[in-house]
Amino acid sequence: MIDKTMSAEPARTADPIRPPVSVATAPTETPAPGARPKVEIRDLRFFYKSFEALKGVSLAFDDKSVTAFIGPSGCGKSTLLRVMNRIYELYPEQRATGEVLIDGRDMLAPDQDLNLLRAKVGMVFQKPTPFPMSIYDNIAFGIRLYEKLPKGEMDGRVEAALDQAALWDEVKDKLGQNGLSLSGGQQQRLCIARAIAVQPEILLLDEPASALDPITTSKIEELIGELKSRYCIAIVTHNMQQAARISDRTAFMYLGELIEFDDTATIFTHPSNKMTEEYVTGRFG
Amino acid sequence: MIHIDVNIAGWARRHNFLDALFRAGTAGFAIVVLLLLGAVLLALVRGAWPALAQFGAGFLVTEAWNPVKDRFGALAPIYGTLTTAAIAMLVGVPISFGIAVFLTETCPPWLKRPLGIAIELLAGIPSIIYGIWGLFIFAPFLQSTLQPFLIATHGELPWIGELFAGPPFGIGVLTAGLVLAIMVLPFITSIMRDVFETVPPMLRESAYGVGATTWEVVWNVVLPYTRAGVVGGVMLGLGRALGETMAVTFVIGNAHRISASVLAPGTTISATLANEFTEAIGELYISSLFALGLILFAITFIVLALARLMLARLKRQAGS
Repeated sequence: MIDKTMSAEPARTADPIRPPVSVATAPTETPAPGARPKVEIRDLRFFYKSFEALKGVSLAFDDKSVTAFIGPSGCGKSTLLRVMNRIYELYPEQRATGEVLIDGRDMLAPDQDLNLLRAKVGMVFQKPTPFPMSIYDNIAFGIRLYEKLPKGEMDGRVEAALDQAALWDEVKDKLGQNGLSLSGGQQQRLCIARAIAVQPEILLLDEPASALDPITTSKIEELIGELKSRYCIAIVTHNMQQAARISDRTAFMYLGELIEFDDTATIFTHPSNKMTEEYVTGRFG
Repeated sequence: MIHIDVNIAGWARRHNFLDALFRAGTAGFAIVVLLLLGAVLLALVRGAWPALAQFGAGFLVTEAWNPVKDRFGALAPIYGTLTTAAIAMLVGVPISFGIAVFLTETCPPWLKRPLGIAIELLAGIPSIIYGIWGLFIFAPFLQSTLQPFLIATHGELPWIGELFAGPPFGIGVLTAGLVLAIMVLPFITSIMRDVFETVPPMLRESAYGVGATTWEVVWNVVLPYTRAGVVGGVMLGLGRALGETMAVTFVIGNAHRISASVLAPGTTISATLANEFTEAIGELYISSLFALGLILFAITFIVLALARLMLARLKRQAGS
């Protein structure tokens, strides 16, 4: 698809790749008055072996907001999320350079404690990944890693997390059942509950609804809208309507570069970049 | 037109016939397995019959093994078989687990292949070589290091002191158990590694993603996810440890008695069979050896059955 567009109109697609650098840095130059952005990414480069998957991405976004990352497959949007909690470090051939500042502290610094970072930055994946244990333990597992709570308090935390993930009413009578016995949508909400149970500050959602049916998807979207009041949320999605519905700001990425980053309404109605316009109107991608 | 149709019909008939033949053939091969199993069992029972008729159930609980007086009992070899296998599992399973975890979780990529190959080579060493090595190198080494240490540090303790009493012979139950541990290690390790690698990367990442350490991920997520395979691997190792003959025969000391001490010589069922069949004379003697074989068969069967039961129970627990 992309190749076809590229070869058919080389002048139109080659050109717009260049200007984004200034567009991309714009938000970091003019942060919201009085408030430091929650996350600030500076000149982030990412390598799978020698392949450069992110080519100097810089952007910043605020707490208690939803930032959506869109772009065709392979554009680096998922990679960007995987850098933020440094999960990529499980794979020795992957590395990142640049800075990811959370509340002004560089999370890529070598002395940053990985487990603490991951407790602060929760992640939900494309497919539901309940742990092979009971529903209750799926939630309690993460909490137990950091806190020793008496039974009653733990029960409260588990209930609160399931409640926030809009799952409590459906599972309250079967907390002892295996997490894998739930339906796909319930499993995904379980994973969201698990991520928020450790009280993170940032939630990374990597296409959290792509494996779910439309009704379940709308439930998850509704949930994201509610979670926004508490967390800083970054979501990767293939579904542009979804990005338009749930996000405050949207970043369009292409081939490892940030092409345009602006208010979601602007991106979808008056994008300043030609390529963004073509992508959001479905003409390529 | 009609001519061609007839031809096609003939072609189809021939093909159907060949296919039926093929299906019957595969069924036949499968039945051979059942026949062989039945024949082996039958031969064992027939061979063991005189001894079983003579000694009855008492054969299982009698320690004496006296060819001169024609008094035979299986207790010492049964005890030796179970004890050496238990030692092998106790030592081998945790080490295999550790190697498998290292290989799948923390091993740098350049070391992964050489280490994997080394483990497979270890599995390929013939058991006679383990026996020779055990007798001439490992046993003297244990005699001068581990065994005096165990006697000195544990020999005086109440309860477990009995386990480590007596002089350090070098050869004995403990040495056989340790050699077996080394022998089953590559099998258990490679199965554990293979099943650990079936864990979906996303599941692993989400466990690390909530901030779990390697140990927490392995113990709470990887192991429960792969438990059926892990149990299978351990059982395969156990089966091997129970039946291993040559290496054990070399290092166990071949003494038909039961000692509380693991440092003392003992025997196993397979070691007894290997040692004594050639020189067995008299119907009762030979028959007693057959009976030992039958018992080993039964023990292996019970181990397998228990493994199945355990897996079924794990599955039920996971489902509820």
